[in-house]
Amino acid sequence: MRNFVNQKRMEIAVSSVFLLMIVIFICGNPSVFLNYRLYMAVFTTLPILIFLSTSLVFVIANGEIDLSFPALIGISAWAFASTVKAGINPFLALIIGIIVGSFGGLINGLMIANLGISSLILTLGMNFLLRGLIMIGTNGHGITLAFLRNTKFFEVFLGKIGKFPLLMLWAAGFIIFVWLLFYRHKFGGNVCYVGNNIISSREMGIDIKRVKTLAFVLVGASSGFVGGMLCLINNQFYPNTGDGYLLIALTAVFLGGTPTKGGVGTIFGAIIGAFILGFLETGIIGIGLSGFYTKFFFGLILILALISHRIYKTK
Amino acid sequence: MEEKKNFLLQAIGIKKSFGSIIALEEVNLEIGHNEIVGLVGDNGAGKSTLIKILTGVYSADRGELYWKGQKIDKLTVNLARGLGIVTVFQDRALVSQHPIWRNVFMGKELANRFGFINIRKEKEETMRLLKEMMGFTSASISSPDTIVGNMSGGEQQGIAISRALYFEAPLIILDEPTTGLSLTESQKVINFVRNIKKEKKSCIFITHNLFHVYPVADRIVIIDRGKIVEDLIKDKITLKELEERMIKVTGTNAMRAKNADKFLLNN
Repeated sequence: MRNFVNQKRMEIAVSSVFLLMIVIFICGNPSVFLNYRLYMAVFTTLPILIFLSTSLVFVIANGEIDLSFPALIGISAWAFASTVKAGINPFLALIIGIIVGSFGGLINGLMIANLGISSLILTLGMNFLLRGLIMIGTNGHGITLAFLRNTKFFEVFLGKIGKFPLLMLWAAGFIIFVWLLFYRHKFGGNVCYVGNNIISSREMGIDIKRVKTLAFVLVGASSGFVGGMLCLINNQFYPNTGDGYLLIALTAVFLGGTPTKGGVGTIFGAIIGAFILGFLETGIIGIGLSGFYTKFFFGLILILALISHRIYKTK
Repeated sequence: MEEKKNFLLQAIGIKKSFGSIIALEEVNLEIGHNEIVGLVGDNGAGKSTLIKILTGVYSADRGELYWKGQKIDKLTVNLARGLGIVTVFQDRALVSQHPIWRNVFMGKELANRFGFINIRKEKEETMRLLKEMMGFTSASISSPDTIVGNMSGGEQQGIAISRALYFEAPLIILDEPTTGLSLTESQKVINFVRNIKKEKKSCIFITHNLFHVYPVADRIVIIDRGKIVEDLIKDKITLKELEERMIKVTGTNAMRAKNADKFLLNN
């Protein structure tokens, strides 16, 4: 038991922050926070953040960073929306969107792994480049997708079982997938080994380029899925789809305790990080504060988390 | 030709130059089965160039390599790894943020055909390895879950050596394994080298410190300015004589070993 506590220190710390936050909210406004409706509302937006933050853990544990995923979301949303609009089956269109996102991730990964260039700068440039492409291609116009409402496709992803949003179940499925991949599969191990010690990984015969590339492909694929979902949630494709997620998804990863320097990562932390941010946004309004407080509290909680991770680590 | 069969690895007439600088000239080196060879030389003597040739990192300009009597035409890094020539670099061998069991099976996981790791089996095997190979009890290495970065330098070398032995590597090359380590830690490393002998494997122990290699080596090879100047059977020479030869070859300032290192000989 003590061993378990020692090993999972970081996870326990971040979970207690989350629980403390919920308790504060419940005390602040019991009528709102003891009602299931608030939780159901959070559960429709939370899955998006979970898809992004858990897959970003791979890239960050690999010692790299991806700042281009908002534009990957945008470009796959565009691909999804325009193919659906052209009359293609939405399920197929979603797969096309995921392929477009994965392909963007593949280009990122191949360039970073083979040319040895900085992922920070490359993906920063890629984010501008792809967003620019969307703007040029769409001329800034969106695509209405209201006809997707109440279709089978809509029900599969945004429908509800009783009161429970189905997208949360899809997110749960994705969590199981990335969890297995990160902790139980060779790939997850290799991602971390390369981030920890690239020379040692090469000595032990790990294909570094492949591992790096695949980590970026994973982020691209989940961005592709998110792109489709955002179109569905908004009933519309906007040329700036995905833009708002850059900082919040990365905040969820770092809040959870994955260090910036790579080598290790925590999927559980990224999920709890997403929960904290998801509930904070709704909770601040629920507790009676103005929405202007949201960013202030995001910043505050990230800095506090950073300090607590530091303290836990040196203990 | 028959004689070559008696060696695990044999290098004949190896020459390597970088531009106008001759790094190795006519180097002959044999490593026998279950033999610990100390490769001693000052910085820049050609030790690392020779090792890089034996592990396929560099290819020699001239010369031949034989593995178990078979001629190797072109030794690549992958081929060397496939033969089981494992190099253990200090600080570069392990992933320090990960537990021992992850390090042991890194790149060689016990996984099913879908790539999923059998964690329980890997931990059990690591536990067995710790009991059999580590040879001494220390609180910090009682569990396969211990994070490698929390272990001492000597113990980390021990994990790297034990890992190579677990995978039955016939030849383990230790690159300056004791440099920068304290006396007790160096002693630990030397004990791990004894494990290599016990497990019937061979080892090239590279060092510039005679006192660290003398207690465990079967042979001492002194390299200087790209040439092998002495190739001595340890039992036929005392440390005193060896020291004198080393001084004669490389000059007095090369003997930087601390007096304290001599202490190791008595343990």
